Amino acid sequence: MRVLKPGLRLKSAVCATEVMVIRAPPGEAQLECGGTEMLGATEAVPAGAKLDPAHAQGSLIGKRYVDAAEALELLCTKGGEGSMSLDGAALGIKQAKALPSSD
Amino acid sequence: MNLAMLLDMAADTFGERTAVSCGTQSLTYSALREAARATAAQLDPAKFSHAALLDTNGLAAPIVLFASAYAGVPYVPLNFRLTGGEIEQLLLRIAPAWLASPAALSERLTLPQGIQRADRERLLTPPLAPAALEPPSDPAAIAVQLFTSGTSGTPKAAVLRHANLMSYILGTVEFAAAEVQEAALVAVPPYHIAGISAVLSSTYSGRRLVMLPSFDPEEWLRLVAEERITHAFVVPTMLVRIIEYLGSQATAMKFPTLRAIAYGGGRMPLAVIERALEVFAGVDFTNAYGLTETSATVCLLSPQDHRRAAAGTEPGIRRRLASVGKPLPTVELEVRDAAGRVLGPEQPGLLFVRGGQVAGEYRGVGSLLDPSGWFATQDLGWIDAEGYVFLEGRADDVIVRGAENISPGEIEEALLAHPAVADAVAVAIPSEQWGEAVGAAVVLHAAGTVTAEALQQWVRERLRSSRVPERVVFRSELPYNEMGKVLRRVVRRELETLG
Repeated sequence: MRVLKPGLRLKSAVCATEVMVIRAPPGEAQLECGGTEMLGATEAVPAGAKLDPAHAQGSLIGKRYVDAAEALELLCTKGGEGSMSLDGAALGIKQAKALPSSD
Repeated sequence: MNLAMLLDMAADTFGERTAVSCGTQSLTYSALREAARATAAQLDPAKFSHAALLDTNGLAAPIVLFASAYAGVPYVPLNFRLTGGEIEQLLLRIAPAWLASPAALSERLTLPQGIQRADRERLLTPPLAPAALEPPSDPAAIAVQLFTSGTSGTPKAAVLRHANLMSYILGTVEFAAAEVQEAALVAVPPYHIAGISAVLSSTYSGRRLVMLPSFDPEEWLRLVAEERITHAFVVPTMLVRIIEYLGSQATAMKFPTLRAIAYGGGRMPLAVIERALEVFAGVDFTNAYGLTETSATVCLLSPQDHRRAAAGTEPGIRRRLASVGKPLPTVELEVRDAAGRVLGPEQPGLLFVRGGQVAGEYRGVGSLLDPSGWFATQDLGWIDAEGYVFLEGRADDVIVRGAENISPGEIEEALLAHPAVADAVAVAIPSEQWGEAVGAAVVLHAAGTVTAEALQQWVRERLRSSRVPERVVFRSELPYNEMGKVLRRVVRRELETLG
């Protein structure tokens, strides 16, 4: 469990996935990737952690991941094999509305 | 949260794509990252409080922008069109600073103490870059500091934080969405907010940037053809000059690769956008309204809106060609009266904006956001029933005649609609009876003839009598700054001395 706040960067303990928090719900939350809690950029990977096949749908660079309430929004900055969940519920890809280029 | 993340993601994902080109030089995203990291290694934040750039559009602009982000030193692109003395004054305000420039632009300067110059050419042949560089992550750190054009005195230093610019990019650009053949032509200089946002948007979307060092319509059209440009951003005066250059051959010209032109940075005369839609038939036009203080665009008039308005016969639809469109999904906008009350549709007042990209802050002044995060744009306007935003000019430019507030914009539109008039500006002139009255400076077409009395009659037939200019003077041209903003205070002074 950890407090998530905008700008925080996290990495998967079991695959290459990296994310940055864009929006976060208040209080502590359990954010997992590949079935194991995600780590701060400089935290050591716990021994024996490996990808859980039940959480291996993959993450894609550049996509935004949100929970059902869209209280949490993550930007995937590196893709990986694991898929993410918040407090046990899988995160989904946020569909962005396409805007015309303004610059 | 740091702008360098945009380049890291691009270089990791499509590093072999061309990021930017200028003349015969170009850099891939990987090479751009390498050059930015190598430059960042020279930018010790303990030694330099700012990283400045004095240069025309070129490869140095994206290199120094991203190098500053990697190093955690605010990036300050300077206006190379200022006088030597003016540039030295700005350098004094950012010392101790690192300054990248070509010798041709800095040799006329006496560099103040605390300014260390690096030659621009050395940025392109950097020493070995560090293998990796973790940029500082504080979202509240200052990313960019832009000196405003200073049309009202000493330039103000607008501050944009990493969180502001990232909010704009992440809210408006889809990562890696550009097709490989897409290329954006950048004609606005590096010190303009649109020059900054062009670099950031293109990097994140993977669209090749083609830099035009100095705008000229012939060169712009040559690059569109030669570089197979798909996207371009122009300020209104650039579009005026492109259309003038094309002249009568316009309808015969073809632009097979060009898909989209975005414009902003000043008021677009209705006649110009109408003509542009004909000349560039099939090209998507987007009107982008924004300010330096809002990290660029806050409102968009989409290509679809342009087409509907241009084809429309109903006045409510037709007039939208003069609108700046609707706020971005990530931006809120409201109109308030002088007492701060929020106004309804069609009621003119002051425009306020709110959102993550809205910085609203100046060095030495602090944040101008109210406690709820709203920023007073100082622009006047109104919103129609469907949410389209219309601008009426800057609050400072309003003409207060008796108890009536008059926007110069509507008078200028009326004057411009006269077939003999090429350009027009309306300003306040002192009036014993009214406090202020309307004055106008008008430029006629080469073959145009019309008297001041006839123009007054023309306006009287179209607008309320209070809008009729009391004084009309004819000029061979109007004073503009280099970004195409008309210098109203210059016109005002000129008309005053005639009184």
